[in-house]
Amino acid sequence: MTDESSTPDWMTGNGDGGCQCLSAGHTRRESAIQKSVIGMSHAIRNSLFSERVASRPGLLQETDPRVKTAGLLGLLVATSFLRNWYIILAIYGLTLVMASASSISLLFFIKRVWLFVPVFAGIIALPSLFNIFRPGDPLFTIWDFGRELSLGPLSFGTTLAVTHQGLKGAVVLILRVATSVSLAVLWALTTHWADLLKALRVFLVPRIFLLILSMTYRYIFLILGLATDMFTARTSRMVGSSSPREDRRFVASSMATLLGKSHTLSEDVYSAMISRGYTGEPLTIHRFKTATGDWLWLGAIILFGIAATGSDRLLG
Amino acid sequence: MELLSCSGSPPQGVTVSLAEFPGDNHTIYEVDTVEYRYEDADALAGLSLSIKSGESVVLLGANGSGKSTLLKMLDGLIFPTAGNICVFGAELSEAALKDEGFSRSFRRSVGFVFQNSDAQLFSPTVRDEIAFGPLHMGLPPEEIEKRTGDTLHILGLEHLSERPPYHLSGGEKKKVALASVLAVGPDVLLFDEPTAGLDPKTESFLIRLILQLTAAGKTIITATQDLRLAAEIAGRIVVLGEDHKLAGDGPTAAILGDRELLLAANLIHDHPHRHDGIEHFHPHSHLKDHHGH
Repeated sequence: MTDESSTPDWMTGNGDGGCQCLSAGHTRRESAIQKSVIGMSHAIRNSLFSERVASRPGLLQETDPRVKTAGLLGLLVATSFLRNWYIILAIYGLTLVMASASSISLLFFIKRVWLFVPVFAGIIALPSLFNIFRPGDPLFTIWDFGRELSLGPLSFGTTLAVTHQGLKGAVVLILRVATSVSLAVLWALTTHWADLLKALRVFLVPRIFLLILSMTYRYIFLILGLATDMFTARTSRMVGSSSPREDRRFVASSMATLLGKSHTLSEDVYSAMISRGYTGEPLTIHRFKTATGDWLWLGAIILFGIAATGSDRLLG
Repeated sequence: MELLSCSGSPPQGVTVSLAEFPGDNHTIYEVDTVEYRYEDADALAGLSLSIKSGESVVLLGANGSGKSTLLKMLDGLIFPTAGNICVFGAELSEAALKDEGFSRSFRRSVGFVFQNSDAQLFSPTVRDEIAFGPLHMGLPPEEIEKRTGDTLHILGLEHLSERPPYHLSGGEKKKVALASVLAVGPDVLLFDEPTAGLDPKTESFLIRLILQLTAAGKTIITATQDLRLAAEIAGRIVVLGEDHKLAGDGPTAAILGDRELLLAANLIHDHPHRHDGIEHFHPHSHLKDHHGH
């Protein structure tokens, strides 16, 4: 600590006589940096929530992760081959039953899937609704051009209409995506991340790959925490809004700082691994034990999958 | 098994352990004029000391004096640029640790609790973290299970066993880091700033545990600049000066009573205080209250 005599006056003074905390009449817009901080906090909160759901008592939480992975993956593959939308709807119904039996709020589960499925799958499916992209029987006409519309060698017909075939195809695609995403969400929400990775060993995913993946996941949160601290420390010292140029400069220097910190941390982590006997061959403990209930669940899922595929072939 | 002398070349399949050193007062570490240099600065400049079995030694020094570097050397994570270190009578070198038998024996005998728990907790769950050491020591599955369960129980971590380490508090992380080392069952424990950033309750728990381990005959080497911690756990204190050399070595009371030595090593400083309305100067430690009136 410096001597009192060497402390400058501006540091020991009372500034303008305390905080004049009055409104300036206008508010700052949320910058890209603030959005990043909120996004990072959200990512951390989200992972905490998933871990909490995976710890609740429920059907899928109590199923052996390997059996669960095999069953849900089988259903996902079956769904991607189905063409009859009633049967896909039946599988979607099954995911709702499983979610409910696994202590997951149905409203939350439905929202999580349907908030983004229409956006992504809908955009892909949208053009196929119209006769100009996929010829078919018109369901309703949107625009009558009055003459044959053509662009060079391309002909678009005389009307713009939504077709039966296009609508059916779009519904099947959206349902298929929603059901597949529901199965994946069920898998991720009801399985601890650690068990989820270990379950992948059953499918012969290399051990070193899983080790890297689990460590990446683990340290992403640490780095996210560091990044959040850096961004909030900057925000706490900011007056007024910063220009995009300043923001970009700050983000670039933060990236460099985080890279340096990550590098130091990676050296420490490796030392800690060596210190406890790691020699380059990753070993993990396996505590999974299957019970009769697991096999019954898997049997029921296989039967359901076979019945769905068979019905799809019969109904077309 | 006959241990090779320190000057000998790395042995083939040699076993190092305290079993070869029955009772106390056998030299475990012999550090001989060790030097270490980072790219731009010295970390250690000709340090010599020896540590005997069952001792609780505190390496006391200001920031940057080379304490952590020395601990890493004692754990065979980095190696001297000059001088040498002997452990259990065998040379501790990069070449020696390439020998699988020597390496496994050494890692089983010496445990290191890092200052930054986040660096030490890399496994997906607390249980996996504790099992990591025993698993890599090649212990049978039943023994791994037993050690993991026992360690979780002793440190009161059972309720956290399936939690990922990144969701734990600072104190909990430190306990898990300690558990992960204790599960290996080392004879020698190296602690780097063990109480830094801990809440008083966890700090008190840690100090009691270190005292219990010392009483059980473990050799404890702790790097710190916390004089209060040193007073509580050390049987002997080794002071590292800011010139990266040995500044002092002796019984706890003698070292902590040597005001000149502590001032020279930048471990205490004259700091103004106001008692009963009268301002005066007296020595003051960096981190904890150490009033040497």
